[in-house]
Amino acid sequence: MSDVRDPFARPGALTPAGAAPIVRVGDLQKFYGANHVLKGVTLEVYPRETICLIGKSGSGKSTLLRCINFLEEPTVGSIEVDGLRVGADPRHARNAEHREQIRQIRLRAQMVFQEFNLFPHLRVIENLIEAPIRVKGVPRDQAIATAEKYLDKVGLSDKRDEYPGRLSGGQKQRVAIARALTMEPKVLLFDEPTSALDPTLVGEVLNVMEELAHEGATMIVVTHEMAFAREAADRVYFIEDGTFVEVGQPDEVLGHPKDPRTREFLARTLGEAHVPA
Amino acid sequence: MAGAIGSQDALDRLRLANPAEIIRQVAESRARARRGFRILFVITWLVLVGGMATAIALTGRVHLDFLATWAPFILGGVPVTIGVSILSIVFATMFAVVGALGRLSTHAPVYAVATLYVSMVRGTPLIVQIIFVYLALPQFGIVLDPFVCGVFALAFNYGAYMTEIFRAGIQAIPRGQLEAASALAMTDRMTMQRIILPQAIRIVIPAIGNEFIAMIKDSALVSYVTIQETFWRASTTGSRYFRSFETLLVAAIIYWLLTILFSLVQERIERRLRESEVRL
Repeated sequence: MSDVRDPFARPGALTPAGAAPIVRVGDLQKFYGANHVLKGVTLEVYPRETICLIGKSGSGKSTLLRCINFLEEPTVGSIEVDGLRVGADPRHARNAEHREQIRQIRLRAQMVFQEFNLFPHLRVIENLIEAPIRVKGVPRDQAIATAEKYLDKVGLSDKRDEYPGRLSGGQKQRVAIARALTMEPKVLLFDEPTSALDPTLVGEVLNVMEELAHEGATMIVVTHEMAFAREAADRVYFIEDGTFVEVGQPDEVLGHPKDPRTREFLARTLGEAHVPA
Repeated sequence: MAGAIGSQDALDRLRLANPAEIIRQVAESRARARRGFRILFVITWLVLVGGMATAIALTGRVHLDFLATWAPFILGGVPVTIGVSILSIVFATMFAVVGALGRLSTHAPVYAVATLYVSMVRGTPLIVQIIFVYLALPQFGIVLDPFVCGVFALAFNYGAYMTEIFRAGIQAIPRGQLEAASALAMTDRMTMQRIILPQAIRIVIPAIGNEFIAMIKDSALVSYVTIQETFWRASTTGSRYFRSFETLLVAAIIYWLLTILFSLVQERIERRLRESEVRL
């Protein structure tokens, strides 16, 4: 395993002094068959930072995120979350020891999906406490208390006993965020959390995410919401064709892009008028 | 022009019309049509069934005294029929869950066992399986109570068919559910027990209902292992007194009414599921 460092990583504004990166993605490559989706990406995230990954669809940004919690098994490279380092091992993906390590990574890095993926047969509160009780062994009362705290945080205490089918898309996604928070992870991974939402419902989800970012949650966010990246991100990584093309603070990457590919992407995403040449 | 005058009339009527009144009238006419349909349906059934009953009565071969004496005995088989069917469908469901998990397993031996089970059971007649359990197993020293034989054979057989139903139900669960469970660090077993199976069972409940209704009729086959259910009672009394026509007619009517009854129950359950707050 190589020990490459992310040249762009700097401790964020909220990072405690002297803290080491809590997430390290080391020279990660991913193939789907002959298709080379990630061509060696290195990413480091310090505690209490928010990182945004932007890029076209098919650029590899979601694959990168899904490799961090091993929903996709990377082909080459390593993932480290909160001191636990797991090397890509596609040849032994079903090996019990490897799978247990992956589970430990997932306890540390919780994901919020584009399609929410709430459990439709469980009430909101049951969605939240299922994994803490069964996976982490948290006592039921304590799990419920934690769940209620985070449900309140996303502003949905009144939906505690509803089934997901009765919620709007925005409410579902806020519940999904609360479900991830109830696991009390070290890092939150967001995979295009507002892309499946009706435009009028995007705001309520972004508000929750911005609040989390400002409170110092460690977040890695794949998004098309440039306003969110500008507002909440410590760093923005623009990825194209499986490699990072441009990395920097949001006002640099989004305001004064240097690479022509970044400019083209932003022009398409924001409309020509917003991008300085 | 007549056409122009006609459409002017229509326009005037439209202007004067009250939308609420129109909606009421439309609803009323639809309700009338529905009522009419139902009434015609019932009349047609009454005519057909009444005609059959009259035709049978006109043959003069139906001995009502005989029926009055023996119908209660045959009816006494109904609880047995229902009991056998319910027990068998419960065990069949268990076989089916295990079978489906086997059919979805990535372990070759497990998959092979489940596939062999489905293939063998579906490839041989149910009646052969029932009599095999009852008559052939004792040659190996395995002697089971007839009731156990009958229920086991029915459950084993239906379990194989329902294995494919459950497999389809499990595969119908969106991939995102699996991913969400994995992302929450659930183990495969936990994911199956707590997330996938509860949803899959909801999906296959209507299909289980169909299997249950088929089971009520196929349960007649356990008469071959001397379980005294409806058909056994009908055929035994019928052949003893040379009155098979009467007794089998009673048995047929009983099975028919039972399937109608459970179809209604099934419809109710499906409606309950549709109206449930749980949206899969």
